[in-house]
Amino acid sequence: MLDLLTPFFRRLYDETGWNFVIFYEQYEWDRFVAAIWVSLELIVASLFFSLVVGIVGAWLQGSPIRAVRLFMSGYIQFFRNTPPYVQLLFFFFVLGNFTPKVDMGGYYEPMITSFGWAVISLSFFAGAFNVEIFRAGIEAVPESTREAAESLGYSRLMAYVYVILPLAFRVCLPSLNNNLVNLLKTTTQAYAIAVPEMLYTLNQVWSDNVNVPEMMIILFVYYVGLVAVLVWGMHRWERKMKIPGYG
Amino acid sequence: MNETPKNGLWTPDQPMVSIKDVHKSFGPLEVLKGISFDVMKGEVICIIGPSGSGKSTLIRCINALNDIQKGSIKVEGIEVNDPDLDKLELRKKVGMVFQQYNLFPHKTALENVMMAPIHVLKQDKADVEQRAYRLIKKVRLEGKETSYPGELSGGQQQRVAIARSLAMNPDVMLFDEVTAALDPETVKEVLVTIQELAEDGMTCILVTHEMGFARELANHIYFTDRGVIVEHGPPASFFAEAKDPRTQEFLSQIL
Ligand SMILES: Nc1ncnc2c1ncn2[C@@H]1O[C@H](COP(=O)(O)OP(=O)(O)O)[C@@H](O)[C@H]1O
Ligand SMILES: [Mg+2]
Repeated sequence: MLDLLTPFFRRLYDETGWNFVIFYEQYEWDRFVAAIWVSLELIVASLFFSLVVGIVGAWLQGSPIRAVRLFMSGYIQFFRNTPPYVQLLFFFFVLGNFTPKVDMGGYYEPMITSFGWAVISLSFFAGAFNVEIFRAGIEAVPESTREAAESLGYSRLMAYVYVILPLAFRVCLPSLNNNLVNLLKTTTQAYAIAVPEMLYTLNQVWSDNVNVPEMMIILFVYYVGLVAVLVWGMHRWERKMKIPGYG
Repeated sequence: MNETPKNGLWTPDQPMVSIKDVHKSFGPLEVLKGISFDVMKGEVICIIGPSGSGKSTLIRCINALNDIQKGSIKVEGIEVNDPDLDKLELRKKVGMVFQQYNLFPHKTALENVMMAPIHVLKQDKADVEQRAYRLIKKVRLEGKETSYPGELSGGQQQRVAIARSLAMNPDVMLFDEVTAALDPETVKEVLVTIQELAEDGMTCILVTHEMGFARELANHIYFTDRGVIVEHGPPASFFAEAKDPRTQEFLSQIL
């Protein structure tokens, strides 16, 4: 791969001064490829867990137990009304301080890595919005549909899983789409706690090579591409979920 | 048989549904003010009455969609007015069909029929599927198995809803004005389905304004107004001898 790119980018640099060093130096290329993986893992894990938080949270929000509902609204208020950047720092520096360290054979490592904290923090951040999004979708499912399930013997949980959630999903896919795009972009803030994702890595590259504009271009193109893939996937999903003769 | 102790005492010669002095309020509004009647196995009961008289509420109390404040409702010996009521046990015995069909719009007709036996009763999927095909056929919707509710007419949806209830093998069926939302042409196809069910011996409690249907099929008709049973009797005497002015007025409007 790099062999193919090298001649062009080296000549570009020699002739114009545009320095895309990641495409012609093995060391920088390796850093770049590693960053792709880290950022993809970070994005996929955060998307996934934020959906889990949203689904479970929306269920808990409908709980008959008042304390559970209060806890949920506290959670949502906290994560919605504070900056995700601060949340990330809080999780890593404050909560990270309290997590036990594990013996790695002579030296000690924190049980949760900065990558782990980023996933946790971002999932809870986006999850708080997902809870609200799912709740709106759930409220759009008519009470009569719920009663039909109930009269067929469905428990509250079974009705949620098999009837309410699949219908609610369809209603909330557009707003879910927005929130997940937002989450994808917010993953770059993991930079603050030194997760070697794309922004963090390219920042190192431009510090070493003094090529900020070039690396900025790479960053923009990279995220535009990722968002395009996510939006494409969400639209496909939306089309696949479309029910003939409904909505 | 693993009968629960609560309904262990019930035998088919006793009323399948026994309603005694049922009172139901929504806040300060008392909607049912002491309703009592019995339904024997295989009987068809029609409940009629003006809008707002509490017919839906009564029928919803029978399968515990609404709770009651006073009185007793027993289905095959299971006391519905019991904080420890096993709702699943009750709902296995009682099927319900709603005015607005309330099908699951994201599932095909066949899947609508199959869902509850698979999810709730944990029955084998292949068996359930076979049975679902038979039920779809029974309600005369062959060929519509893969249609979604949104692609079916009101009458067709209502028949899927009936098949969906029947898939749970209930002993009693509750019908709450199931033809009220339908076009006049499609009312008949749904009534025919219910008639066939009744003729097969299904115990049915119907809220209906279809007097022709009630006259022909009901064993007993109850006229309710403002939360009480005003008058009742077998169709022949009910229609011929209605004495209460409220009943007479209602019948004159509807017939
Ligand atoms: N969930 C509810 N909360 C408050 N009032 C209700 C509720 N359901 C029904 N009611 C009231 O109870 C009365 C009887 O309603 P309903 O049983 O639907 O009558 P019917 O089916 O005979 O038309 C009406 O006055 C109605 O407004
Ligand atoms: Mg009604």
